[in-house]
Amino acid sequence: MTPEIALLLAQDGISTGAIYVLVALGIVLIFLVTRVIFVPFGDVVGYSALTVAALQLRQMPGTVWLVLTLATLATVMEAYGLVRRGQIRGLPKALLLYAVLPTVPAALVWLVAGRDLPMWVGIALTLAIVMPISPLLHRIAFSPLADASVLVLLIIAVAVHFAMSGLALLYFGPEGFRSEPITRALFELGPVTISGQSILILASSVIFSFLLFLFFERTLTGKALRATAVNRVGARLVGILPSTTGAIAFLLASVLAGICGILIGPVTTLYYDSGFLIGLKAFIGAIIGGLISYPAAAAGAIFVGLLESYAAFWDSALKEVFVFSTLIPILIGQSFTSAAAIEEEIEEEEREGTA
Amino acid sequence: MGWKSRLPLGLAIAFIVVAPAIFGSFTITLMNYIGIYAFAVLGLVLLTGVGGLTSFGQAAFVGIGAYATAWYTAVHGGSPWIGLLLALLLTGLVATILGAATLRLGGHFLPLSTIAWGVAIFFLFGNIDAIGRYSGLSGIPAITIGPLSLGGNTAMYCFIWGLLGFVMLLCRNLLDSRKGRAIRGLRGGIAMVESLAIDFFRMRLAVFVLAGMLAGLSGWLYAHMQRYVSPAPFDIRPSIELLLMALVGGAGHIAGAVVGAAAITLLKNALQDVLPLFTRYSAQLEVVAFGVLFVVILQKARAGIVPMIARYLPRPRLVVPGQVPPLARRGRPVVSGQAVLTIQGATKRFGALAAVNDVSFEVKGGEVLGLIGPNGAGKSTLLNLITGTAKPNAGRIMFLDDEVTKLAPRDIAGKGVARTFQHVKLRPNMTLLDNTLLGTYSRTRSGFLAGAIRLDREEEKSAQCEALQQLKRVGLAEKAGELAGSLPLGQQRLLEVARALAADPVLVILDEPAAGLRSLEKQILSRLLRTLRNEGMTIVLVEHDMEFVMNLVDRIVVMDFGSKLAEGVPAAIRAEPRVQEAYLGGVA
Repeated sequence: MTPEIALLLAQDGISTGAIYVLVALGIVLIFLVTRVIFVPFGDVVGYSALTVAALQLRQMPGTVWLVLTLATLATVMEAYGLVRRGQIRGLPKALLLYAVLPTVPAALVWLVAGRDLPMWVGIALTLAIVMPISPLLHRIAFSPLADASVLVLLIIAVAVHFAMSGLALLYFGPEGFRSEPITRALFELGPVTISGQSILILASSVIFSFLLFLFFERTLTGKALRATAVNRVGARLVGILPSTTGAIAFLLASVLAGICGILIGPVTTLYYDSGFLIGLKAFIGAIIGGLISYPAAAAGAIFVGLLESYAAFWDSALKEVFVFSTLIPILIGQSFTSAAAIEEEIEEEEREGTA
Repeated sequence: MGWKSRLPLGLAIAFIVVAPAIFGSFTITLMNYIGIYAFAVLGLVLLTGVGGLTSFGQAAFVGIGAYATAWYTAVHGGSPWIGLLLALLLTGLVATILGAATLRLGGHFLPLSTIAWGVAIFFLFGNIDAIGRYSGLSGIPAITIGPLSLGGNTAMYCFIWGLLGFVMLLCRNLLDSRKGRAIRGLRGGIAMVESLAIDFFRMRLAVFVLAGMLAGLSGWLYAHMQRYVSPAPFDIRPSIELLLMALVGGAGHIAGAVVGAAAITLLKNALQDVLPLFTRYSAQLEVVAFGVLFVVILQKARAGIVPMIARYLPRPRLVVPGQVPPLARRGRPVVSGQAVLTIQGATKRFGALAAVNDVSFEVKGGEVLGLIGPNGAGKSTLLNLITGTAKPNAGRIMFLDDEVTKLAPRDIAGKGVARTFQHVKLRPNMTLLDNTLLGTYSRTRSGFLAGAIRLDREEEKSAQCEALQQLKRVGLAEKAGELAGSLPLGQQRLLEVARALAADPVLVILDEPAAGLRSLEKQILSRLLRTLRNEGMTIVLVEHDMEFVMNLVDRIVVMDFGSKLAEGVPAAIRAEPRVQEAYLGGVA
């Protein structure tokens, strides 16, 4: 390996890693606030990338049907719950949140799909239509079991992933998509050429990480999310509803996933199930950070990106084996530092076993 | 035992026996698959339902078993029976390595890493030349037993279901034995398990390896029935299907493995008939259906099918063992007045807070020592130091003649220190008898194999006798067959005492045993503790009920803000002004 190649691989690794950073941040965010290990995160990234590509190809993106299906389900569940509890007065708000708000972007996309759109319109529409996906999934699959153990929530997350990826095939078909690059600029930096797209990815990653930081530090909502993460019961006592903060966390994560999909779409050819592997690799980054720290998760994600890039050079067929196998030594390392976690976890499952 | 509770089992066996005579080849093949899946699901039942661990990568173990035997028999022309050995060894080995790496971590890290290695192993299968990459290996021979070949559908059927019945019987026996009870205890958490002298980590590893090997067995059968292996059936998706089978069947029940495997396989078969009518992507829509089913089951019926049926069956009656030799008692070298427990300068700091600060005292053989103090005085932390749950920053703790400062809780328990917990730690889904039997773990020896093939019955009867004896002492003998979760809190505390006594301890540590007890129960407890003292048992009692303490104990140690405030006989403590100040905030 020459230094030039090493540099090239590093550049490639960092820009892939930057995508994983955004995914990892979203995963940690959802986990801390709701204790859900959101495996379908990668699928949402996939939906976002495929939506951009479909709009550019002047096709109707299947995301429209996904959002409409989810919105219908969530509305029915919410309305049924309200009626059964006798809270008819909550119905208008529920309709607005679960039926109207998600339908607006879906309707917009449905109206303009198939026309020639400026790139930024496609991107904005994609972001708008991807945004409701995670909060709706939260309402349908996770919030009915908000107090279940991490394990049960994880099993549900895995099940939701399978449903999502199955639907993605149904909506987008088995072909791969690659969207137009947002910028075609190239920069010469000494011996290496850096694409504008790479810089865009890196910059977005930094900017959105920083915005997330500001949100947590400077806004009341951000602080409420942090409070829920630290102590759910305590948060409830001071008037923070975990179901609301949970929904906000899912919404934020959905935005992050949307951005990831838009950024990664032009870099590589994506299929209906590509999102899962992206999500899984970001997970490894997040696990390196112990699923508790945002900066550590970000660092872990960059590490995974670099590892993948060098592993691909060494043996491209085995790069997945390589990336996923690193999890084992990482976990061994962590098992010596955080053994205390075991106790709580199992005590928690106990209750549900008796229910 | 009543015939009614055995009726479903009898019907199921009768059905399986006559099935080859009734059904055609297609149905028999389907049932063969059900049987093969049931082996792997059985492993998941032990792992998830009983042991409280979850694996999303179980199909990877099935794959390792299948590929091991495929490689040996198809590539090297070896015997399927050696292939079986290889399959079991390899799955066992891989499970040991992966388990050793991840089982020390908290709940969600294990399942997450199982996803990762499930994916990794799939890609590995697909990229190794020696096992045919993604196109797989063909030409795997059928299993032969002497001159008999199991190439035919019906012959394989008999073999699979015969073996499955046998393995299920072994698993049932195991769960009803010393080691099996320890596995069932795992969900009670590390503190409870280790306080019973059971190695929490190794027991988790054992059940993980066992589940892996059952998956390996499933893979062996799969390879020799299919006669061809490729990576696809061992991906992450089939792993999820296995988990779904366990959940649908009833993850806590051995029968759930077969019921779940049958339900999901039949459902899948039905979907494969129906879905192609609607879409050309039926395989993927099947996944969607399963995903949705999964979520619905977890939200609405988390227990599964078997418990729903079991609810209508009478519970099997408890069989009381007759005359059996009692369990050997611990040689008790304690002379009255000799120091049993010595604490020298014990200090435990959490950051800047010294929860226990330079505390020293002795507990002498045959005495009842009361440890009292206001909330936050450091009593619980001190108990944690004594039982090994926490390690002191400074100081020494001696039990009899040995230093135990750095020992693990299970080793301290093994030396004869039994305890109860401030927040009751019992297994609510186990009977009173089984809960108490957990206490005898350190006094019994039977291993996994002895339990599975019932070589442990002699010892088991003695242990049962002992457990019943202790239940009688706390006044719960007539409820021995009921579930611990059905007891009111006060009786749960007494049950914990019985479990502690079943270990035949030298020293018993009781953490607030009278909290939540009704007056009658308090009397029973008080009488029991007096009897124990007269028998020469040494007791440390942490308690808030002053009347209860003062009437019972020989000496008292008072703690406040982490330090020892006073030590002496009850009357002296009562008169001590500093104690009054600590409790009442100054003498009026």
